Amino acid sequence: MTKLTVSTSPHIHHEATTSRIMLDVLIALIPAFAAAIMIFGVRAAAVTCVCVASCVFFEWIFEKITKREKTIGDYSACITGVLLAFNLPVTIPIWQAVFGSAVAIILVKQLFGGLGKNFANPAITARVVMFLAFSATMTNWASPYAETSWWIYPIDSVAANLGAAGGAMDALTGATAGADAVTGATPLVLLGQGRFDALPSVWHMILGVRGGSLGETSNIALLIGGIYLMARRVISWHTPLTYIAVVTGLSGLLGAEPVYHMLAGGLFLGAFFMATDYVTAPQTNLGRIIFGAGAGLFTVLFRIYGNYPEGVSFAILLMNILTPYINRITETKPLGAVKS
Amino acid sequence: MGECEQYLDYYYVFTYNLHMNSDKMKKKIMGISPPYSKNTANNPAQTLPIPEQIEIPMKMHSGKPAIPIIEIGDTVKVGQLIGKMDGKICSPVHSSVSGTVKAINERDKVTGKRAISVVIVPDGLQTPYRAQEPVNVKTLSEFLSAVGDSGAVGLGGAGFPTAPKLDIKNPGELDYILINGAECEPYITADTRTMIDDTAHVVGGVELLLKFMKPRKKILICIEDNKPLAIEAMQKGFEGNDKVEIRVLPTKYPQGERKVLVYNTTGRIVPEGARLADVGVLVTNITTITVFDRYIKTGMPLVNKVVTVDGPIVAKPNNVLSPIGTPIRKLFDFCGGFSVPEPGKILMGGPMMGYALPDIDMPVVKVTNSVLAFAPENAPGGKSRRAETACIKCGRCVGVCPMSLMPSNIEAAYQVKSIEKLERYKVNLCVECGSCAYVCPARRPLVQAIRLSNDLLWQSRK
Repeated sequence: MTKLTVSTSPHIHHEATTSRIMLDVLIALIPAFAAAIMIFGVRAAAVTCVCVASCVFFEWIFEKITKREKTIGDYSACITGVLLAFNLPVTIPIWQAVFGSAVAIILVKQLFGGLGKNFANPAITARVVMFLAFSATMTNWASPYAETSWWIYPIDSVAANLGAAGGAMDALTGATAGADAVTGATPLVLLGQGRFDALPSVWHMILGVRGGSLGETSNIALLIGGIYLMARRVISWHTPLTYIAVVTGLSGLLGAEPVYHMLAGGLFLGAFFMATDYVTAPQTNLGRIIFGAGAGLFTVLFRIYGNYPEGVSFAILLMNILTPYINRITETKPLGAVKS
Repeated sequence: MGECEQYLDYYYVFTYNLHMNSDKMKKKIMGISPPYSKNTANNPAQTLPIPEQIEIPMKMHSGKPAIPIIEIGDTVKVGQLIGKMDGKICSPVHSSVSGTVKAINERDKVTGKRAISVVIVPDGLQTPYRAQEPVNVKTLSEFLSAVGDSGAVGLGGAGFPTAPKLDIKNPGELDYILINGAECEPYITADTRTMIDDTAHVVGGVELLLKFMKPRKKILICIEDNKPLAIEAMQKGFEGNDKVEIRVLPTKYPQGERKVLVYNTTGRIVPEGARLADVGVLVTNITTITVFDRYIKTGMPLVNKVVTVDGPIVAKPNNVLSPIGTPIRKLFDFCGGFSVPEPGKILMGGPMMGYALPDIDMPVVKVTNSVLAFAPENAPGGKSRRAETACIKCGRCVGVCPMSLMPSNIEAAYQVKSIEKLERYKVNLCVECGSCAYVCPARRPLVQAIRLSNDLLWQSRK
């Protein structure tokens, strides 16, 4: 007699699987990875590879020691590695990058039960830990120009010519466009110090030619990745759009520089890739809007009134902690439910 | 309990006022768009040759099994009563062939559970039991007893006997009867072909319902917009009848789920624990109404079913008019067999809510609207089981649930056996449409967790 499979319905499934979704996130991070190498040089690739390799290693070794099911095939450790690297300065000592990976995978993810069980985003938490532990190396910003002159100059001259021709590009290229204008310090640091003359142009900030963490600077590359994720329905627009809108709007309202608050920090990386992390963010669209708005509010407050120039990772971490409560207040009302 | 009922009344009055006179809907019912694979929509049913042996179960409906009234060695004819009603929630069983009773099995040969079935060896003559003559129906009670005698049950898959369903407490307050031709499950086209090929009996069934059930508003024929031929046939069939309206609905699974259908057509919400009739609505499958109309017009009860035979490994997918009791293997043989040596999974019903059969020789029953065959490698349990991971809390299940439940929360609550949480998440409202498990990238067995949760709740109340 034929041996037939007997299982419960449904018997067909949508093509999306956990590993396919994670792979999509990795694909979406490729433009920003390429931009990081172009802006900061091959050390950006080296740091990223170290973080990915150590994250995967720590996940594998932890699951081997604790005899848990092996989950390195779902690519989630790879994403943690890439996102952690993107949050580090390119000059970070390699051993510190490995330490950060251990914090992310072992402390934040595996000790809470592994994939789907952690309440905080591993990469963000590891970054915050490193930021507090290694304050000096975590703020040792490299100047992006050293290795990028071969491609940024032609782009600059085209932009400058456009500006000269039409005048409309003046605001974009700005008076400060040029090699000597960009220093190693991040624009938000310069903004905090009131050194407006040293700020990079908006045009450079869109491209990502400025000081900062190695993967956060190129807004255009991050936006391409974000659009890819939205087109693939991996993420919804609710969190990133609310987050970016609140940061821009609120900073403008408080008299800060809204364009710089939108483009100069880690907002795009945080909004598209970290605030949208399934595990640590709300499950309903209303919850996602609340999450984005809350993260935006805290980011602006931390940046303007806090001791540190950047606030994205603190804000997302804070919202991670609030997520269970957001989920609770945004529970859906079942159709026809009667209170008993 | 009294308090609960009181709340229910408040809620009912509230939603009734909210939706009674308004066409505006406040809430959009979610769902999914699986590949529809309606490969057989243009195939009128082919008549299956009479098989060498058939086996008719006494329980092909929800409620009590029918009681066999024949003995081994008896000769039976087509349409002859072989299983009589036992109580109100039951349905009579008729022979689908003429021939000789060979055996009366007491147990299901696969599960070993007690389940009576009658084995008949056909003589191939298909002699009818009665000459063709209409049944005389003048009053509501005569109509209801004729519906019962016809063997009609909910042919959408639930199998609830039609006569007790139509026998509502408050017939004067019935506003709408929805004739469900949505057929939202992938592959199945049996109802579609009924609408196209059996229009006369659909029209007859609707007219009987209008005459005896007297809905205050309308009878709505509900069809998804991916069935243009069926819509055309229905529009032609009901031309000029202002009590009947053809409602073309967007193609979205589970459009044909009764509470979803009621909401999407009338805007009414069926409160938890209430019946559809409590909000003035009845829903019945479109093929079901042809069953009692045929019986009342010709005297022939339910003995044949149009069955869609399809699936990725079926050589020539088709619709087959099959006697009830036919071994399912015969249907696949009739459709050219399989393109692979052995099937991996056989389904009765659609791929979203159908049952995986343990045995390919199980019989066609009243509620069989399709049999589907899948190859071993794309049979879930094989490939998709391996893709199972921990829940990543992506919220896709929450986004697609037509009842606005939170399946991921329910599964988590079930894992810790939290009665309090399961009650709060209203797991009892689940219609088991499977949309959540369909979209789940972690391939969590959500429907299974929900069924087990309901068992757990039921046991905890004992």
